[in-house]
Amino acid sequence: MSEYRLRTEAHLNPHLFDVGIVEEPIRKGYGEGLLLAGKENEHVVALCADLKESTKTDLFAKEYPQRFIEMGIGEQNMAAVASGMAAMGKIPFMTSYAMFNPGRNWEQIRTTICYNDQNVKIIGSHAGVSVGPDGGTHQALEDIALMRVLPRMTVIVPADAIEARKATRAAAQHKGAVYIRLAREKSPVISTDDTPFTIGSASLLWGGGAANVALFACGGLVYQALRAARTLADMNISSTVVNVSTIKPLDKKTILDAVKDARAVVTVEEHQINGGLGGAIAELLANFHPMRMEMVAVKDQFGQSGEPKELIHEYGLDEEGIVQATQNLLSRLC
Amino acid sequence: MAHLHDEKVRFLSEKANAIRGSIIEALLEAGSGHTAGPLGMADIFSYLFFHALKHDPKNPFWSERDRLVLSNGHIAPVLYAAMAHAGYFPIEELKTLRKFKSRLQGHPHREWLPGLETSSGPLGSGLSQAVGMALADRIDNGRTSRRYFYALMSDGEQECGEVWEAAQLAAREELHNLIAIIDRNYIQIDGYTEDVMPLDPLKEKWEAFNWHVIEVSGHDFADIDAAVEQAKAVFGKPTLIIAYTVPGKGVPEFEGKYEWHGKPPSREEAVRALAELRSLGGKIKSEHE
Repeated sequence: MSEYRLRTEAHLNPHLFDVGIVEEPIRKGYGEGLLLAGKENEHVVALCADLKESTKTDLFAKEYPQRFIEMGIGEQNMAAVASGMAAMGKIPFMTSYAMFNPGRNWEQIRTTICYNDQNVKIIGSHAGVSVGPDGGTHQALEDIALMRVLPRMTVIVPADAIEARKATRAAAQHKGAVYIRLAREKSPVISTDDTPFTIGSASLLWGGGAANVALFACGGLVYQALRAARTLADMNISSTVVNVSTIKPLDKKTILDAVKDARAVVTVEEHQINGGLGGAIAELLANFHPMRMEMVAVKDQFGQSGEPKELIHEYGLDEEGIVQATQNLLSRLC
Repeated sequence: MAHLHDEKVRFLSEKANAIRGSIIEALLEAGSGHTAGPLGMADIFSYLFFHALKHDPKNPFWSERDRLVLSNGHIAPVLYAAMAHAGYFPIEELKTLRKFKSRLQGHPHREWLPGLETSSGPLGSGLSQAVGMALADRIDNGRTSRRYFYALMSDGEQECGEVWEAAQLAAREELHNLIAIIDRNYIQIDGYTEDVMPLDPLKEKWEAFNWHVIEVSGHDFADIDAAVEQAKAVFGKPTLIIAYTVPGKGVPEFEGKYEWHGKPPSREEAVRALAELRSLGGKIKSEHE
């Protein structure tokens, strides 16, 4: 009954709400995108800190061994080496787990890449609690905040493998520092090759016009937000869902359009509640359109071991958590 | 190996002396900044800017130039002074050091001043950047590239782990056109390096990391030149030159004292220092006449 609310211009996966929706790791899209970018531009080089297979950088490394630099476990060095390569005209993609890149090498990213205005792409894989059994040490929940605060940094959080592929190619063509956040676990493929992607554009996926609530989501949780929108519709709560794949710079127009006729805002992200997507939206709205918000995010705590789905549920980030948060918010408004 | 002629040595000494004078004048105007390191490295900067580097001060973005990466950005006064004397910008501009809107930022900022290869200050990252540049050059030009990448570091920053990450990578990649120089002056902000965090045996540590290591006096031009020529001749290994320098060199009042690491001279101290340098200038001339 609710399918008509999906925006046709978004060209989403027609099987979006099927039980057996195809799932792929978002990082796989990165690997494919990097390979394409390497084919399109000989200046593209890849650096990886001893994780080329699990970050899917191996696809590029196999095809272009002479343009692949194995860095070993040295993320600080990796950032500054990438800066040096960019100074000579290369377009380096440097890859590791988000916990270490940008977690461990933040100062090198700030000074040698951003302050220095070098054209380096920072790829942080295995972000969020959906890393699963590895536990809290490996579940980066602070990386969006770390990157968002840096002048000159563009921050992209692809919603699925297809968007990751497009974002990677776009990052290679974009001049300047870019951070792309990836996840380990397989995620539902919600988009198609025809789904538009441009750096700096958020996209309306569901609803539009007057709605009870505007849902802003990023990463693999966009799927959960869409499911929540469908469930809310069944409860006669109308919503719009916006995929904010570029968190910096924010797509001010699309976001303000989405909240214009809404009563409340809910943000959804697999990140700490402080400093991430929710924070970015709150900063924008505080300036231009103050309104009540609820942030679905990890609430100032660390993750733990478990299956990805268990953890997403435990921290209230799934469809159920989003519906609950929306209801709570709306009840407070009454 | 080509040796420096006496005339060239005298020329480089005079340039070093002029650079030292400019450093003191600039620091006096600035009212803050580092004194010991820049004075100690004046001879090496004179050698690099007036002899070793392939560069064109009138065309700072010339693509065929060698690259000089200053990792310990806090000795910016010696870099700026050397650049000014080499003709990158007017010597008079040195008096804007550290001032609002000056191109001579307290620590170098690549975008503000043409001729700077990088922005630096936070220690430990310069060698990595030089390694990255040399790697890019290796991809484009192969192992026979005759472009040289100089990475200048302090001894204190050898305490940073990132330096050793970069050292491992450079050795694995056999970057023989990479020449790192450590200013071994044994001082850092909190005291003498061997008290703060012992670094010796520095030579053996770098050799263990598969680098070709040469020790020189950082105030002997012939010694420095022989080391750089040797570095250029070594195949399959990056070279580290450990340059033993006297911090504050040229001004006896400042020499060898770690207290001069991070402060500028007062007006009286600067006047005395400039007088010392003038007499030193006379000595250089008389020695060679």
